Amino acid sequence: MDLNAAHSMGTTIIGVTYDGGVILGADSRTSTGLYVANRASDKITQLTDNVYVCRSGSAADSQIVSDYVRYFLHQHTIQLGQPATVKVAANLVRLISYNNKNMLETGLIVGGWDKYEGGKIYGIPLGGTIIEQPFAIGGSGSSYLYGFFDQAWREGMTKDEAEQLVVKAVSLAIARDGASGGVVRTVIINSEGVTRNFYPGDTLPRWHEELEPQNSLLDILNTSSPEPMSIQ
Amino acid sequence: MYRYPYVTGTSVIGIKYKDGILMAADMGGSYGSTLRYKSVERMKPIGKHSLLGASGEISDFQELLRYLDELILYDNMWDDGNSLGPKEVHSYLTRVMYNRRNKFNPLWNSLVLGGVKKGQKFLGTVVSMIGVHFEDNHVATGFGNHLARPILRDEWHENLSFEDGVKLLEKCMLVLLYRDRSAINKLQIAKITEEGVTISPPYSLKTFWGFSAFKNPTVGAEGSW
Repeated sequence: MDLNAAHSMGTTIIGVTYDGGVILGADSRTSTGLYVANRASDKITQLTDNVYVCRSGSAADSQIVSDYVRYFLHQHTIQLGQPATVKVAANLVRLISYNNKNMLETGLIVGGWDKYEGGKIYGIPLGGTIIEQPFAIGGSGSSYLYGFFDQAWREGMTKDEAEQLVVKAVSLAIARDGASGGVVRTVIINSEGVTRNFYPGDTLPRWHEELEPQNSLLDILNTSSPEPMSIQ
Repeated sequence: MYRYPYVTGTSVIGIKYKDGILMAADMGGSYGSTLRYKSVERMKPIGKHSLLGASGEISDFQELLRYLDELILYDNMWDDGNSLGPKEVHSYLTRVMYNRRNKFNPLWNSLVLGGVKKGQKFLGTVVSMIGVHFEDNHVATGFGNHLARPILRDEWHENLSFEDGVKLLEKCMLVLLYRDRSAINKLQIAKITEEGVTISPPYSLKTFWGFSAFKNPTVGAEGSW
Protein backbone atom coordinates (compact mmCIF):
# COMPACT_ATOMS: atom_id res chain seq x y z
CA MET A 1 0.00 0.00 0.00
CA ASP A 2 1.51 3.27 -1.08
CA LEU A 3 0.81 5.72 1.76
CA ASN A 4 2.90 8.29 -0.04
CA ALA A 5 0.72 8.25 -3.12
CA ALA A 6 -0.76 11.56 -4.18
CA HIS A 7 -3.91 12.60 -2.38
CA SER A 8 -6.62 12.20 -4.94
CA MET A 9 -10.24 12.97 -4.44
CA GLY A 10 -11.72 10.18 -6.54
CA THR A 11 -14.99 11.91 -5.96
CA THR A 12 -18.48 12.51 -7.09
CA ILE A 13 -19.38 16.17 -7.61
CA ILE A 14 -22.64 17.63 -8.89
CA GLY A 15 -24.01 21.10 -9.65
CA VAL A 16 -27.66 21.66 -10.51
CA THR A 17 -29.65 24.80 -11.35
CA TYR A 18 -33.19 25.15 -10.12
CA ASP A 19 -35.88 27.79 -10.36
CA GLY A 20 -34.19 30.43 -8.14
CA GLY A 21 -30.58 29.34 -7.67
CA VAL A 22 -28.15 26.44 -7.65
CA ILE A 23 -27.44 23.34 -5.57
CA LEU A 24 -23.88 22.00 -5.33
CA GLY A 25 -23.29 18.49 -3.99
CA ALA A 26 -20.33 16.22 -3.29
CA ASP A 27 -19.17 13.12 -1.42
CA SER A 28 -16.48 13.39 1.27
CA ARG A 29 -13.77 10.79 0.54
CA THR A 30 -10.12 11.72 -0.08
CA SER A 31 -7.90 8.74 -0.86
CA THR A 32 -4.13 8.17 -0.92
CA GLY A 33 -3.97 5.18 -3.22
CA LEU A 34 -6.21 2.62 -1.54
CA TYR A 35 -6.17 4.26 1.91
CA VAL A 36 -8.88 6.77 2.81
CA ALA A 37 -6.89 9.73 4.07
CA ASN A 38 -9.94 11.83 4.96
CA ARG A 39 -13.45 10.35 5.26
CA ALA A 40 -15.16 13.67 5.93
CA SER A 41 -13.58 16.12 3.47
CA ASP A 42 -15.32 19.25 2.32
CA LYS A 43 -15.03 19.39 -1.44
CA ILE A 44 -17.34 22.35 -1.89
CA THR A 45 -15.14 25.37 -1.43
CA GLN A 46 -16.04 29.02 -1.19
CA LEU A 47 -14.68 31.46 -3.78
CA THR A 48 -16.83 34.49 -2.86
CA ASP A 49 -19.96 35.10 -0.79
CA ASN A 50 -22.09 34.05 -3.73
CA VAL A 51 -19.90 31.63 -5.73
CA TYR A 52 -18.66 28.18 -4.68
CA VAL A 53 -16.67 25.49 -6.48
CA CYS A 54 -16.84 21.68 -6.34
CA ARG A 55 -13.38 20.13 -6.56
CA SER A 56 -12.36 16.76 -8.04
CA GLY A 57 -9.16 15.05 -9.18
CA SER A 58 -5.89 15.86 -7.47
CA ALA A 59 -6.56 17.34 -4.02
CA ALA A 60 -3.45 19.52 -4.16
CA ASP A 61 -4.16 20.88 -7.64
CA SER A 62 -7.81 21.68 -6.94
CA GLN A 63 -6.94 23.39 -3.64
CA ILE A 64 -4.25 25.59 -5.15
CA VAL A 65 -6.45 26.58 -8.09
CA SER A 66 -9.33 27.55 -5.81
CA ASP A 67 -6.93 29.42 -3.49
CA TYR A 68 -5.59 31.49 -6.40
CA VAL A 69 -9.09 32.18 -7.74
CA ARG A 70 -10.32 33.26 -4.29
CA TYR A 71 -7.34 35.61 -4.00
CA PHE A 72 -7.92 37.19 -7.43
CA LEU A 73 -11.70 37.38 -6.97
CA HIS A 74 -11.25 39.15 -3.65
CA GLN A 75 -9.23 41.87 -5.31
CA HIS A 76 -11.62 42.00 -8.26
CA THR A 77 -14.57 42.48 -5.88
CA ILE A 78 -12.85 45.38 -4.14
CA GLN A 79 -12.07 47.05 -7.45
CA LEU A 80 -15.51 46.40 -8.92
CA GLY A 81 -17.35 47.61 -5.81
CA GLN A 82 -19.95 44.84 -5.96
CA PRO A 83 -20.09 41.03 -5.82
CA ALA A 84 -18.34 39.22 -8.67
CA THR A 85 -20.55 37.42 -11.15
CA VAL A 86 -20.53 33.62 -11.47
CA LYS A 87 -19.32 33.98 -15.06
CA VAL A 88 -16.25 35.97 -14.03
CA ALA A 89 -15.39 33.46 -11.30
CA ALA A 90 -15.77 30.56 -13.72
CA ASN A 91 -13.63 32.25 -16.35
CA LEU A 92 -10.86 32.86 -13.80
CA VAL A 93 -10.90 29.17 -12.96
CA ARG A 94 -10.76 28.37 -16.66
CA LEU A 95 -7.81 30.72 -17.17
CA ILE A 96 -5.71 28.94 -14.58
CA SER A 97 -6.82 25.46 -15.66
CA TYR A 98 -6.18 26.15 -19.34
CA ASN A 99 -2.83 27.89 -19.01
CA ASN A 100 -1.47 25.15 -16.77
CA LYS A 101 -3.09 22.25 -18.54
CA ASN A 102 0.16 20.29 -18.77
CA MET A 103 0.65 20.27 -15.02
CA LEU A 104 -2.82 20.19 -13.49
CA GLU A 105 -5.17 17.25 -13.02
CA THR A 106 -8.38 18.70 -11.66
CA GLY A 107 -11.99 18.89 -12.84
CA LEU A 108 -14.10 21.64 -11.29
CA ILE A 109 -17.74 22.71 -11.18
CA VAL A 110 -18.33 26.40 -10.45
CA GLY A 111 -21.79 27.38 -9.22
CA GLY A 112 -23.36 30.47 -7.74
CA TRP A 113 -25.94 33.21 -7.89
CA ASP A 114 -25.61 36.81 -9.05
CA LYS A 115 -28.21 39.53 -9.64
CA TYR A 116 -27.66 39.69 -13.40
CA GLU A 117 -28.05 36.07 -14.48
CA GLY A 118 -29.47 34.34 -11.39
CA GLY A 119 -28.26 30.80 -10.64
CA LYS A 120 -25.60 29.46 -13.03
CA ILE A 121 -23.44 26.32 -13.24
CA TYR A 122 -20.19 26.10 -15.23
CA GLY A 123 -18.31 22.85 -15.81
CA ILE A 124 -14.53 23.09 -16.23
CA PRO A 125 -13.14 19.61 -17.04
CA LEU A 126 -9.51 18.59 -17.62
CA GLY A 127 -7.90 20.75 -20.29
CA GLY A 128 -9.68 23.96 -19.30
CA THR A 129 -12.78 23.86 -21.51
CA ILE A 130 -15.50 26.05 -20.01
CA ILE A 131 -19.08 24.98 -20.55
CA GLU A 132 -22.24 26.49 -19.07
CA GLN A 133 -24.81 23.81 -18.27
CA PRO A 134 -28.20 23.50 -16.55
CA PHE A 135 -26.56 20.75 -14.52
CA ALA A 136 -23.04 19.32 -14.34
CA ILE A 137 -21.52 16.13 -12.96
CA GLY A 138 -17.86 15.34 -12.40
CA GLY A 139 -15.32 13.12 -10.70
CA SER A 140 -14.83 9.38 -10.98
CA GLY A 141 -18.27 8.66 -9.51
CA SER A 142 -19.99 10.65 -12.23
CA SER A 143 -19.55 7.75 -14.69
CA TYR A 144 -22.38 6.01 -12.86
CA LEU A 145 -24.68 9.01 -13.07
CA TYR A 146 -24.93 9.84 -16.78
CA GLY A 147 -27.82 7.45 -17.27
CA PHE A 148 -29.46 8.51 -14.01
CA PHE A 149 -29.48 12.19 -14.96
CA ASP A 150 -30.56 11.51 -18.54
CA GLN A 151 -33.66 9.98 -17.01
CA ALA A 152 -34.25 12.01 -13.83
CA TRP A 153 -33.28 15.60 -14.72
CA ARG A 154 -36.03 18.15 -15.44
CA GLU A 155 -35.96 21.88 -16.13
CA GLY A 156 -37.62 24.14 -13.51
CA MET A 157 -37.43 21.99 -10.35
CA THR A 158 -38.09 23.50 -6.95
CA LYS A 159 -35.31 23.90 -4.39
CA ASP A 160 -36.35 20.80 -2.44
CA GLU A 161 -36.79 18.64 -5.56
CA ALA A 162 -33.37 19.70 -6.82
CA GLU A 163 -31.66 19.04 -3.49
CA GLN A 164 -33.29 15.61 -3.21
CA LEU A 165 -32.06 14.81 -6.72
CA VAL A 166 -28.50 15.82 -5.83
CA VAL A 167 -28.46 13.82 -2.60
CA LYS A 168 -29.93 10.75 -4.33
CA ALA A 169 -27.39 11.01 -7.14
CA VAL A 170 -24.30 11.35 -4.91
CA SER A 171 -25.59 8.49 -2.81
CA LEU A 172 -26.00 6.26 -5.91
CA ALA A 173 -22.49 7.10 -7.05
CA ILE A 174 -21.05 6.32 -3.61
CA ALA A 175 -22.76 2.91 -3.81
CA ARG A 176 -20.76 1.93 -6.90
CA ASP A 177 -17.59 4.05 -6.97
CA GLY A 178 -14.82 2.92 -4.62
CA ALA A 179 -13.23 6.33 -4.82
CA SER A 180 -16.35 8.07 -3.50
CA GLY A 181 -17.77 7.68 -0.01
CA GLY A 182 -18.49 9.15 3.39
CA VAL A 183 -21.20 11.76 3.77
CA VAL A 184 -23.11 13.82 1.23
CA ARG A 185 -22.61 17.58 1.53
CA THR A 186 -24.76 20.12 -0.27
CA VAL A 187 -24.56 23.88 -0.65
CA ILE A 188 -27.61 25.86 -1.77
CA ILE A 189 -26.97 29.31 -3.25
CA ASN A 190 -29.74 31.76 -4.15
CA SER A 191 -30.75 35.41 -3.77
CA GLU A 192 -31.29 34.88 -0.06
CA GLY A 193 -27.79 33.59 0.60
CA VAL A 194 -25.98 30.32 1.18
CA THR A 195 -27.09 27.20 3.10
CA ARG A 196 -24.87 24.22 3.92
CA ASN A 197 -26.40 20.79 4.52
CA PHE A 198 -24.94 17.54 5.75
CA TYR A 199 -26.35 14.05 5.09
CA PRO A 200 -24.58 11.23 6.94
CA GLY A 201 -24.86 7.63 5.67
CA ASP A 202 -27.79 6.66 7.92
CA THR A 203 -30.03 9.32 6.36
CA LEU A 204 -29.45 8.05 2.82
CA PRO A 205 -31.64 5.47 1.04
CA ARG A 206 -30.62 1.82 0.80
CA TRP A 207 -29.76 0.64 -2.74
CA HIS A 208 -29.49 -2.83 -4.35
CA GLU A 209 -27.81 -5.43 -2.14
CA GLU A 210 -27.28 -2.94 0.70
CA LEU A 211 -28.64 -3.85 4.12
CA GLU A 212 -29.99 -1.84 7.05
CA PRO A 213 -27.10 -1.05 9.40
CA GLN A 214 -27.25 -2.78 12.81
CA ASN A 215 -25.36 -2.23 16.05
CA SER A 216 -24.53 -5.92 16.38
CA LEU A 217 -25.46 -9.47 15.32
CA LEU A 218 -26.63 -9.94 18.90
CA ASP A 219 -29.50 -7.55 18.29
CA ILE A 220 -30.62 -9.61 15.30
CA LEU A 221 -30.42 -12.83 17.28
CA ASN A 222 -32.42 -11.39 20.18
CA THR A 223 -35.26 -10.02 18.09
CA SER A 224 -35.68 -12.63 15.40
CA SER A 225 -37.16 -16.17 15.19
CA PRO A 226 -35.75 -19.20 17.05
CA GLU A 227 -33.21 -20.55 14.57
CA PRO A 228 -31.41 -17.65 12.83
CA MET A 229 -28.04 -19.39 13.25
CA SER A 230 -29.14 -22.86 12.30
CA ILE A 231 -26.65 -25.47 11.23
CA GLN A 232 -26.44 -25.64 7.43
CA MET B 1 6.41 17.00 -24.75
CA TYR B 2 3.20 16.73 -26.80
CA ARG B 3 0.14 16.97 -24.67
CA TYR B 4 -3.11 15.16 -25.36
CA PRO B 5 -6.66 16.32 -25.99
CA TYR B 6 -9.38 15.85 -23.34
CA VAL B 7 -12.71 17.22 -24.60
CA THR B 8 -12.95 16.80 -28.37
CA GLY B 9 -15.31 17.61 -31.20
CA THR B 10 -15.63 15.40 -34.28
CA SER B 11 -16.04 16.19 -38.02
CA VAL B 12 -16.88 19.54 -39.58
CA ILE B 13 -18.00 19.72 -43.25
CA GLY B 14 -18.05 22.81 -45.48
CA ILE B 15 -19.21 23.38 -49.05
CA LYS B 16 -19.45 26.31 -51.44
CA TYR B 17 -22.89 26.95 -52.87
CA LYS B 18 -24.60 29.53 -55.07
CA ASP B 19 -24.78 32.37 -52.53
CA GLY B 20 -21.76 31.55 -50.35
CA ILE B 21 -20.73 28.82 -47.94
CA LEU B 22 -22.63 26.14 -46.02
CA MET B 23 -21.07 24.42 -43.02
CA ALA B 24 -22.27 21.60 -40.78
CA ALA B 25 -21.10 20.19 -37.45
CA ASP B 26 -22.70 18.22 -34.65
CA MET B 27 -22.85 19.51 -31.09
CA GLY B 28 -20.90 16.79 -29.35
CA GLY B 29 -17.98 17.18 -26.94
CA SER B 30 -16.50 13.76 -26.27
CA TYR B 31 -14.35 12.94 -23.24
CA GLY B 32 -12.44 9.89 -24.47
CA SER B 33 -15.11 7.39 -25.37
CA THR B 34 -17.79 9.07 -23.26
CA LEU B 35 -20.21 11.37 -25.11
CA ARG B 36 -19.99 13.85 -22.28
CA TYR B 37 -21.28 17.20 -23.59
CA LYS B 38 -24.13 17.39 -26.05
CA SER B 39 -24.65 21.11 -26.60
CA VAL B 40 -21.25 22.37 -27.71
CA GLU B 41 -21.38 24.98 -30.49
CA ARG B 42 -18.48 24.12 -32.75
CA MET B 43 -19.15 26.80 -35.37
CA LYS B 44 -18.84 30.52 -34.59
CA PRO B 45 -19.06 33.70 -36.67
CA ILE B 46 -15.85 35.74 -36.92
CA GLY B 47 -16.32 39.43 -37.72
CA LYS B 48 -18.86 40.16 -40.43
CA HIS B 49 -17.60 37.97 -43.22
CA SER B 50 -16.36 34.67 -41.83
CA LEU B 51 -17.45 31.48 -40.07
CA LEU B 52 -15.08 29.17 -38.18
CA GLY B 53 -15.80 25.51 -37.53
CA ALA B 54 -13.51 23.42 -35.35
CA SER B 55 -12.88 19.81 -34.43
CA GLY B 56 -10.40 18.62 -31.82
CA GLU B 57 -9.77 19.97 -28.32
CA ILE B 58 -12.58 22.34 -27.33
CA SER B 59 -10.54 24.36 -24.82
CA ASP B 60 -8.05 25.20 -27.60
CA PHE B 61 -10.95 26.23 -29.87
CA GLN B 62 -12.25 28.50 -27.09
CA GLU B 63 -8.79 30.05 -26.76
CA LEU B 64 -8.60 30.56 -30.55
CA LEU B 65 -11.92 32.41 -30.39
CA ARG B 66 -10.37 34.77 -27.83
CA TYR B 67 -7.37 35.42 -30.11
CA LEU B 68 -9.77 36.10 -33.00
CA ASP B 69 -11.91 38.39 -30.84
CA GLU B 70 -8.84 40.49 -30.16
CA LEU B 71 -7.84 40.46 -33.84
CA ILE B 72 -11.29 41.66 -34.94
CA LEU B 73 -11.40 44.25 -32.16
CA TYR B 74 -8.08 45.80 -33.17
CA ASP B 75 -9.19 45.73 -36.80
CA ASN B 76 -12.40 47.60 -35.90
CA MET B 77 -10.45 50.12 -33.85
CA TRP B 78 -8.66 51.35 -36.99
CA ASP B 79 -12.11 52.58 -38.00
CA ASP B 80 -10.96 52.86 -41.57
CA GLY B 81 -13.94 51.33 -43.29
CA ASN B 82 -12.00 48.15 -44.02
CA SER B 83 -12.70 44.81 -42.35
CA LEU B 84 -10.85 41.52 -42.22
CA GLY B 85 -12.15 39.08 -44.81
CA PRO B 86 -12.07 35.29 -44.71
CA LYS B 87 -8.77 35.06 -46.57
CA GLU B 88 -7.07 37.25 -43.99
CA VAL B 89 -8.57 35.36 -41.05
CA HIS B 90 -7.55 32.05 -42.62
CA SER B 91 -4.02 33.31 -43.07
CA TYR B 92 -3.87 34.47 -39.44
CA LEU B 93 -5.09 31.09 -38.20
CA THR B 94 -2.56 29.25 -40.34
CA ARG B 95 0.28 31.34 -38.89
CA VAL B 96 -0.90 30.82 -35.31
CA MET B 97 -1.24 27.04 -35.77
CA TYR B 98 2.09 26.66 -37.55
CA ASN B 99 4.02 28.77 -35.05
CA ARG B 100 2.61 26.81 -32.11
CA ARG B 101 3.57 23.59 -33.91
CA ASN B 102 7.13 24.82 -34.30
CA LYS B 103 7.34 25.37 -30.54
CA PHE B 104 6.02 21.83 -29.89
CA ASN B 105 2.98 23.32 -28.15
CA PRO B 106 0.17 22.84 -30.68
CA LEU B 107 -3.45 23.90 -30.56
CA TRP B 108 -5.04 20.51 -30.98
CA ASN B 109 -7.61 21.40 -33.64
CA SER B 110 -8.59 20.95 -37.28
CA LEU B 111 -10.31 24.07 -38.53
CA VAL B 112 -12.66 24.99 -41.37
CA LEU B 113 -12.87 28.66 -42.26
CA GLY B 114 -15.50 29.87 -44.73
CA GLY B 115 -16.75 33.28 -45.80
CA VAL B 116 -17.82 35.72 -48.48
CA LYS B 117 -16.48 39.20 -49.06
CA LYS B 118 -17.25 41.48 -51.97
CA GLY B 119 -18.83 38.59 -53.85
CA GLN B 120 -15.75 36.40 -53.50
CA LYS B 121 -16.46 33.07 -51.84
CA PHE B 122 -13.71 31.50 -49.70
CA LEU B 123 -13.54 28.06 -48.14
CA GLY B 124 -10.36 26.77 -46.58
CA THR B 125 -9.13 24.35 -43.98
CA VAL B 126 -6.21 24.50 -41.60
CA VAL B 127 -5.75 20.79 -41.25
CA SER B 128 -4.74 19.73 -37.75
CA MET B 129 -2.27 21.10 -35.35
CA ILE B 130 0.61 21.07 -37.79
CA GLY B 131 -0.49 24.06 -39.83
CA VAL B 132 -1.18 22.37 -43.17
CA HIS B 133 -3.76 24.44 -45.04
CA PHE B 134 -5.55 24.49 -48.39
CA GLU B 135 -8.71 25.74 -50.10
CA ASP B 136 -11.29 23.79 -52.03
CA ASN B 137 -14.94 23.71 -53.08
CA HIS B 138 -15.69 21.22 -50.34
CA VAL B 139 -13.67 20.52 -47.20
CA ALA B 140 -13.99 18.35 -44.10
CA THR B 141 -12.11 17.41 -40.94
CA GLY B 142 -11.54 14.07 -39.23
CA PHE B 143 -13.88 11.28 -40.22
CA GLY B 144 -15.54 13.68 -42.63
CA ASN B 145 -12.51 13.34 -44.88
CA HIS B 146 -13.08 9.64 -45.24
CA LEU B 147 -16.85 9.46 -45.30
CA ALA B 148 -18.16 12.82 -46.53
CA ARG B 149 -15.63 13.93 -49.17
CA PRO B 150 -16.23 10.92 -51.47
CA ILE B 151 -19.93 11.80 -51.49
CA LEU B 152 -19.10 15.43 -52.13
CA ARG B 153 -16.68 14.56 -54.94
CA ASP B 154 -19.52 12.78 -56.72
CA GLU B 155 -22.43 15.09 -55.95
CA TRP B 156 -21.08 18.60 -55.44
CA HIS B 157 -21.40 20.98 -58.37
CA GLU B 158 -21.06 24.69 -58.96
CA ASN B 159 -24.08 26.87 -58.04
CA LEU B 160 -25.88 24.52 -55.70
CA SER B 161 -29.10 26.04 -54.39
CA PHE B 162 -29.50 26.49 -50.64
CA GLU B 163 -31.96 23.58 -50.45
CA ASP B 164 -29.72 21.23 -52.46
CA GLY B 165 -26.71 22.28 -50.41
CA VAL B 166 -28.46 21.57 -47.12
CA LYS B 167 -29.69 18.19 -48.39
CA LEU B 168 -26.17 17.29 -49.49
CA LEU B 169 -24.70 18.22 -46.11
CA GLU B 170 -27.44 16.30 -44.32
CA LYS B 171 -26.69 13.24 -46.46
CA CYS B 172 -23.05 13.45 -45.33
CA MET B 173 -23.95 14.08 -41.67
CA LEU B 174 -26.25 11.05 -41.67
CA VAL B 175 -23.44 8.77 -42.87
CA LEU B 176 -21.19 10.24 -40.17
CA LEU B 177 -23.90 9.60 -37.58
CA TYR B 178 -24.13 5.95 -38.63
CA ARG B 179 -20.41 5.32 -38.87
CA ASP B 180 -18.54 7.73 -36.54
CA ARG B 181 -18.56 6.59 -32.93
CA SER B 182 -18.06 10.11 -31.62
CA ALA B 183 -20.93 11.61 -33.62
CA ILE B 184 -24.18 12.56 -31.87
CA ASN B 185 -27.61 13.17 -33.35
CA LYS B 186 -27.81 16.89 -32.71
CA LEU B 187 -26.41 19.21 -35.31
CA GLN B 188 -26.35 22.70 -36.68
CA ILE B 189 -25.99 23.96 -40.24
CA ALA B 190 -24.55 27.41 -40.82
CA LYS B 191 -24.86 29.63 -43.84
CA ILE B 192 -22.67 32.54 -44.78
CA THR B 193 -23.45 34.93 -47.62
CA GLU B 194 -22.63 38.51 -48.50
CA GLU B 195 -25.42 39.56 -46.09
CA GLY B 196 -23.88 37.78 -43.10
CA VAL B 197 -23.77 34.65 -40.98
CA THR B 198 -26.74 32.53 -39.84
CA ILE B 199 -26.41 29.45 -37.67
CA SER B 200 -29.45 27.18 -37.48
CA PRO B 201 -30.93 26.15 -34.13
CA PRO B 202 -29.91 22.61 -33.04
CA TYR B 203 -31.89 19.78 -34.64
CA SER B 204 -31.80 15.96 -35.14
CA LEU B 205 -31.94 13.76 -38.22
CA LYS B 206 -34.18 10.73 -38.74
CA THR B 207 -32.27 7.47 -39.11
CA PHE B 208 -33.31 4.39 -41.03
CA TRP B 209 -33.02 0.84 -39.70
CA GLY B 210 -35.73 -0.93 -41.71
CA PHE B 211 -33.61 -3.18 -43.92
CA SER B 212 -34.73 -6.81 -43.82
CA ALA B 213 -31.06 -7.72 -43.54
CA PHE B 214 -30.96 -5.69 -40.32
CA LYS B 215 -34.04 -7.38 -38.93
CA ASN B 216 -32.74 -10.85 -39.72
CA PRO B 217 -28.98 -10.60 -39.98
CA THR B 218 -28.20 -14.24 -39.43
CA VAL B 219 -30.77 -15.79 -41.79
CA GLY B 220 -28.92 -18.31 -43.88
CA ALA B 221 -25.85 -18.16 -41.68
CA GLU B 222 -26.89 -19.14 -38.17
CA GLY B 223 -24.25 -18.31 -35.59
CA SER B 224 -22.83 -15.39 -37.56
CA TRP B 225 -23.28 -11.75 -36.69
